[in-house]
Amino acid sequence: MNIIVCIKQVPDTAEVRINPETGIVIREGVPSIINPFDMHAIEAGLQIKEKVGGKVTILTMGPPQAENALRDAISMGADDAVLLTDRAFAGSDTWATSYILSSAISKINADIIICGKQTIDGDTAQVGPEVAEFLNIPHISYIRRVEDITESSIKVQRLMDEGYDLVESTLPVLLTVVKELNEPRLPSLRGKMAAKKAQIKKWGLSDIQVDENKLGLKGSPTQFKNIFAPEAKKDRMMIKGKPEEQVDALIQEMRRLKCL
Amino acid sequence: MPVIIDIDKCKGCEECLSSCPFDAIVIKEGKAFINEYCQACMACISVCPEGAIIEVEKEVPKSKDIQSYKGVWVFAEQRGGKVASVSYELLGAGRRLSDELNTELSAVLFGASDSKAQELIRWGADKVYMSKDQIFERFNDEPYSELLSSLINEYRPEIVIAGATPIGRSFIPRVAAKIRTGLTADCTSLAVDKETGNLLQIRPAFGGNIMATIFCPNNRPQMATVRPRVMKRGEYDEDRTGEIINVKADDISSRTRVLDTIKEVSEISTNLQEADIIVSGGRGLGTPNGFELLKELAGLLGGTLGSSRAAVDAGWIPYSHQVGQTGKTVCPKIYIACGISGAVQHLVGMQSSDIIVAINKNPEAPIFNVATYGIVGDLYEIIPLLIKKIKETKGIGN
Repeated sequence: MNIIVCIKQVPDTAEVRINPETGIVIREGVPSIINPFDMHAIEAGLQIKEKVGGKVTILTMGPPQAENALRDAISMGADDAVLLTDRAFAGSDTWATSYILSSAISKINADIIICGKQTIDGDTAQVGPEVAEFLNIPHISYIRRVEDITESSIKVQRLMDEGYDLVESTLPVLLTVVKELNEPRLPSLRGKMAAKKAQIKKWGLSDIQVDENKLGLKGSPTQFKNIFAPEAKKDRMMIKGKPEEQVDALIQEMRRLKCL
Repeated sequence: MPVIIDIDKCKGCEECLSSCPFDAIVIKEGKAFINEYCQACMACISVCPEGAIIEVEKEVPKSKDIQSYKGVWVFAEQRGGKVASVSYELLGAGRRLSDELNTELSAVLFGASDSKAQELIRWGADKVYMSKDQIFERFNDEPYSELLSSLINEYRPEIVIAGATPIGRSFIPRVAAKIRTGLTADCTSLAVDKETGNLLQIRPAFGGNIMATIFCPNNRPQMATVRPRVMKRGEYDEDRTGEIINVKADDISSRTRVLDTIKEVSEISTNLQEADIIVSGGRGLGTPNGFELLKELAGLLGGTLGSSRAAVDAGWIPYSHQVGQTGKTVCPKIYIACGISGAVQHLVGMQSSDIIVAINKNPEAPIFNVATYGIVGDLYEIIPLLIKKIKETKGIGN
């Protein structure tokens, strides 16, 4: 079984600081990690391979340093890794990103494609379903359990608002996964050695079949108009004094508003 | 890149570095340089004291004639034959947009009955495109995206909005991919640009305390998902009439199949969205035990427990308590934020609460920008006092 796991390198939000003047995140010096949801996607890929056999390929698109994320994934046990990197890909929105990823997936060929449900930097949850559409294969979102898998079909639990659905699909299929699915494994010593030696394939514009007008900023339907700091609320009051006085004042206010 | 640096003007002063939310400007050999992280958000342009950062007009292939797209569409989702309440909220927002654009508001309803379509009209729709085909009773991404895409191609609406629910977030991206147009997830505000007629879609940008306006100038329709409980419902009018159009779904099939739907309603999440009082904790609690203290306060006030993403990620409290962009959107009468710094992702989930009380050690914490009452202090000092005094006023002994 050919399994492809799509991952993204993101800034570690636990380490993010904010510039108090501009309200903008300071990314300088913030360590990069594999998007946490994608860790569960990697684990899911490895577990499927262990069950039915096959090969796990990790795919990412990003700047050259995203290679580190791919090596981390190999240290967990993935067999192969591909980095899509080219200036022409830069600035792609979810549409263009999905288009590029799907072209690479077509070249590799896959029975199962696994993605995290969303990234923690973009939070859109759009790339997985869009990739499935470009590949013209079915997808199932928010997988919290894989119940059964055979050569030609898969049965999973899909997390919904008020419980879950039991969903069956033919293969090939794309799955997006939630954290409840599994506990990502730690890299093994052997994995770390493999990661060091691994040859990461680097694919640029000329390595995949894409229409240049559908890539990067130029090929992205959505654009930023501006970014701004949210306005502060109007009726605001800072309660000053010693803790005792602060609490008294707060209780008084809450009483005045009939909240107590 | 549509944003470039005029190397002759750049003095390498580094002013622009901190203005970039994407860390896309680096200094090389004493000059600023824009790398591939750039998203052309334009934030740096006004910051440069030398005027060395310039926007370059980009050549965009104009897609299909945009002017021929008219009307606002709301995808009204149903679960078990019942229309989700977010659909009525979207009709409120859609009505406002369509009035501004002087155009029709239509709803799209799959897998529900005529009476439900009638309800959508009473909530503001002029037209309802509906299919009662059995294939839509349960949610499968392929048939939903296939029929919605073909309806869009046939009727050409200029705007399509849907709920940012598990259903909307899953199949709407397929539609956008299929018809080659832009989609903005989890919008907190939608407005029409008076000059161009473009839909301005506002959502939190990455991290920090910052919002982004996103637009889709060259493709139609303009698509967005909106989180439940963010938009206000419109007026309900019992006597409102409209047109119901039954659409065919003959050639539509699905490679996925829902075998069963299992209900597992978490009491907490229902409580959170309906609670009058929420006591919420964040990273500032420092330890999972902090939630025990908050639980006591919530119990006294007859409220329930919420949390920020940081506390959930730290494993201190289950995800079902999470308030914010990737958790629940809440609007209780009182929201008490304890040790929550107030990243914009959290704020969008709670800032419409009637009264917000913020307790935080850091006087600079952005949570104070939205707090009705702000207390700078140690929550481990303030909360126990608050608990003690509330008990006194209620006549409960220790």
